[in-house]
Amino acid sequence: MIKYVIKRLLMLIPVIIGVSFLVYFIMSLTPGDPAKIMLGDTATVEEIQQMHEELGLDDPIIIRYGRYMLGLLHGDLGNSYTTGRSVFTEVFSRFPATLTLTFWSMLIAIVISIPIGIISATKQYSFIDSFSMIFALLGISIPNFWLGLMLIIAFSVNLGWLPTGGFSGAASIILPAITLGTGCAANITRTTRSSMLEVIRQDFIRTAKSKGVSKRKVINKHALRNALIPVVTIIGLQFGQLLGGAVLTETVFSWPGIGQYLVNSINGKDTNAVTGSIIIFAVCFSLVNLLVDVVYGFIDPRIKAEYQ
Amino acid sequence: MKKRSQISEIWRRLKRNKMAMFGLIILLIIVVLAIFAGKIFDYEEVVVKQNIAERLDGPSMQHWLGCDEFGRDILARLVYGSRVSLIVGVVSIAMAMGIGGTIGAVAGYYGGKIDNVIMRIMDVFLAMPSILLAICIVAALGTSLLNLIFAIGVSFIPQFARVVRAQVLSVKDEEFVEAARAIGSKDSTIILREIIPNCMAQIIVQATLSVASAILSTAGLSFIGLGIAPPAPEWGSMLAGGRIYIRDAVHLTLFPGLAIVITILALNLLGDGLRDALDPRLKQ
Repeated sequence: MIKYVIKRLLMLIPVIIGVSFLVYFIMSLTPGDPAKIMLGDTATVEEIQQMHEELGLDDPIIIRYGRYMLGLLHGDLGNSYTTGRSVFTEVFSRFPATLTLTFWSMLIAIVISIPIGIISATKQYSFIDSFSMIFALLGISIPNFWLGLMLIIAFSVNLGWLPTGGFSGAASIILPAITLGTGCAANITRTTRSSMLEVIRQDFIRTAKSKGVSKRKVINKHALRNALIPVVTIIGLQFGQLLGGAVLTETVFSWPGIGQYLVNSINGKDTNAVTGSIIIFAVCFSLVNLLVDVVYGFIDPRIKAEYQ
Repeated sequence: MKKRSQISEIWRRLKRNKMAMFGLIILLIIVVLAIFAGKIFDYEEVVVKQNIAERLDGPSMQHWLGCDEFGRDILARLVYGSRVSLIVGVVSIAMAMGIGGTIGAVAGYYGGKIDNVIMRIMDVFLAMPSILLAICIVAALGTSLLNLIFAIGVSFIPQFARVVRAQVLSVKDEEFVEAARAIGSKDSTIILREIIPNCMAQIIVQATLSVASAILSTAGLSFIGLGIAPPAPEWGSMLAGGRIYIRDAVHLTLFPGLAIVITILALNLLGDGLRDALDPRLKQ
């Protein structure tokens, strides 16, 4: 198992290098001279030239990228063009907020969706099944930022039960977590249902039933374990979607996370901050994927075997 | 002959699926409205011209869905906005399908080193959420309709590469491919004439569902100010504009959101229906 984890960790390195280079390269296409932006309109040509030399702005992109990544390893992603503060510190001070939000969204999604998916599959075409499938379909069709606004209108503006935004205590997390978790819950429900349906029809389930194992035991012990594999995959993929969706949800709820920082930086044309936050988002996403693959190896011995 | 009968068989099964047909009909209505938007509403007079006297007016006989923060008719703006959503959704996915499909087909058909290199590059693209990649591209290139299409298109390329590659792998050793090779067809002919038509069904399902995601991404990007420039109407930016009025004018955010939900729902219903029609094993 350790061998497998190490192998996966090593495979992560080229992906992180690739994705960070991709982001760095795309962001380097931004029009405008960073030196000019940093120095302001009053800067003279000499000052700009000096800044170029100091920051090595005229070096080839691959060298600038290399320097940037070395900086990342030392916790230095340069300074924000607008506030002058360290991008690394800014992003990481917002990290806990984003992590808290995605964690609760995922938790809500899993707790709701897996049981519903199982019930739907075992009672296919029943009222509960149709009802939950309609909700799941709605769940994947609603843009999360709009759902957030509607929840704010209902629970904050009209009922006054919950705060409209910000990160202040347990109550403030309820609406953002539901907003971000809904699409994810819908996807997990659909996957759980179809995966269960597929497993239930297989021979070993029929064998278990015919040798007199109770229905509950067949579902919980025989079917669920096998049905869970695609569900874990989708949970992993959804985690990435959550990170992407967090950008919008954080904007709606003024949630002090990386997503909001990213959007503010984009609006402020703060290229350095945008690059830094997207790269950190992408690295987190890759780490989550790694984690999913490792969990995968634990629940499906066939995958682990491939690496031995 | 085989191809035609396969498609008519799929269509026959699709027709029996009431939800999918419901989705298809809604979609057709939206497309018709988008095409004839110019005949229904005057763009200059109703869609972009500000009319402060009717600012934030609620729904009425004159303005069915009310007016926005500049006194413009929300229904008219929604109908025009559907053009942006549909164009971005369809064109970006067509682009992703063309480029991603070619990449996937080449990777799957030739296998070996080519496959390995291509798929590792795709892994890099897949190593970030597609909306984030789109945000990154638009943030760098600037906001415009073309950049929006390009950004969303690029972010969907890896998914199509994967789907097409998997499909190609599943049919490339079939007898008809071998037969084509035996009579001396070129690789490009084999891929385009033999393999792709046999993978088309899966690709269409993927495309339908992807158009839905692309429209959601478009609205999301516009919502954070990375859409097309005002005063052109776009659903996501209409939502963003109405956001500060949620206390007294809910219709500004309610209706654009509903427009997005209805469109996405219709596409998802159709996509699910198509998938079931292609794979009857799951249905019964």
